[in-house]
Amino acid sequence: MTRRRAVALAAFGFGVFLAIWELAPALGLVSASILPPPSVLPQAFLRELSSGVWLSAMLTSLSHYLAGLVIGCLLGVGLGIATGMSLTLDAALAWVIRVLRPIPGLAWVPFAILWFGIDATAAIFIIGVGVFWISYFAAHGAVRAVDRDLIELAEAFGFRRPDQKLVKVILPAAAPGILAGLRTALGQAWMAVVASEIFGVPGLGQRMMQAANLLASDIVVIYMATMAGLYGLFDSGFVALQSWLLRWKR
Amino acid sequence: MEAIIKLEDIGLTFARDGQSTEVLRDFSLEVPAGRFVAIIGPSGVGKSTLLRVVAGLLPPTSGRVTIAAKRNGKGLPVAMVFQDARLLPWRKVASNVGFGLEHGHLSSAERHDKIEAALGLVGLAGYSTRYPHELSGGQRQRVALARALAVDPDILLMDEPFAALDAITREALQGELARVHAATGKTILFVTHSIDEAVFLADQVVAISGTPGRLAAAVPIAAVRPRKRDAAEIADLAGRLRVELLEPPAA
Repeated sequence: MTRRRAVALAAFGFGVFLAIWELAPALGLVSASILPPPSVLPQAFLRELSSGVWLSAMLTSLSHYLAGLVIGCLLGVGLGIATGMSLTLDAALAWVIRVLRPIPGLAWVPFAILWFGIDATAAIFIIGVGVFWISYFAAHGAVRAVDRDLIELAEAFGFRRPDQKLVKVILPAAAPGILAGLRTALGQAWMAVVASEIFGVPGLGQRMMQAANLLASDIVVIYMATMAGLYGLFDSGFVALQSWLLRWKR
Repeated sequence: MEAIIKLEDIGLTFARDGQSTEVLRDFSLEVPAGRFVAIIGPSGVGKSTLLRVVAGLLPPTSGRVTIAAKRNGKGLPVAMVFQDARLLPWRKVASNVGFGLEHGHLSSAERHDKIEAALGLVGLAGYSTRYPHELSGGQRQRVALARALAVDPDILLMDEPFAALDAITREALQGELARVHAATGKTILFVTHSIDEAVFLADQVVAISGTPGRLAAAVPIAAVRPRKRDAAEIADLAGRLRVELLEPPAA
């Protein structure tokens, strides 16, 4: 299929989707208050925008997102590389990880509130926990899978210290696996953003819940679309970064 | 003559899960500087293991390894070429060749010069900006040889470097290696399965046999260089070596 044809088909599919969505309330199949048609959304968006609520909610959520993502991924990738390289550390932490790993990120909400209150820190904590495990296992697996022969090569050319092997061979060889994990984390973190804000931390999630309680379903859709847009933005940015970093791949 | 590599009673036993496997026993060998030594023997006899012991990648269980390489503080005393080219796929050719030069004692200009010189030596000048996956098997193995030569080692260890190549490429690279040896005077330990390859290239052929592997024979190859592959002398030497190795005198 040519690229142009694929784009045309995708646009057509999206048009059909919008049309069904528009027609369902118009034909009386569902109430417009339960499913607001897309045609009312631009107006709703302008209202949120002009009051300044949209921008501040978006920026607040974005700050939680970035802080949680960066902290969680740095710790996760760091620990994953460490246990991937050191059998001793891996064995020492094996049971700790086995106990902590199955706990869903959202199960940490009560403790997040106890420790940090209903506050940005609590949201960052919950987001961080969520992406920690994704990035941990991605990094651990990727480091473990590095070809032993390449590590022997590093040794044969005089790079015998762990930090030298890490920089010269392990990190670049594990990069594809680590980056794939980070991309998953990027999406997972948005889920955690909404979840943590639904509990009252200011941001997109909180604003969405307020609107839902007032039955302002059009506003709810605006914030859903905002998240979809932000996620799409970050994901395409990351994919661009990823393919630049891995430009050596065929 | 002073030996540049001195192996004294090398023994090596791998221990894994309570099982121990003795790979080498009482292996002694002295290699004078500049000599090309081919190590032959059947699979699993410890040839590659021996090379790793010399490289310092595996400590021997018993015995002593003495490397009398003279260093001027730059480069490495020993460099290795593996059977698979083992290039780093994320690095371009130049960067792969410069791998062993990244120990912080060279300016980038010096490094660049050494990389270009090494690539020239293996006939790959102009390939600097290719990625390994853009090269043929023979070119990749040339890059691996250039990477080893770039560190200007006194000793070059080669572990069946041409075994995975097609016959024509293999013969071409054997010729190149003979030329590089003549030009640089490096001491070379070259592991191979092929008696013909050993006789064509080496000053001395060392045979390992048995389990655990022991020195079975050390045969000098006195033929003049440069050698012609089809010279009667070479064919004759290979024939006699075959007889000697296949029918070892009763101990």
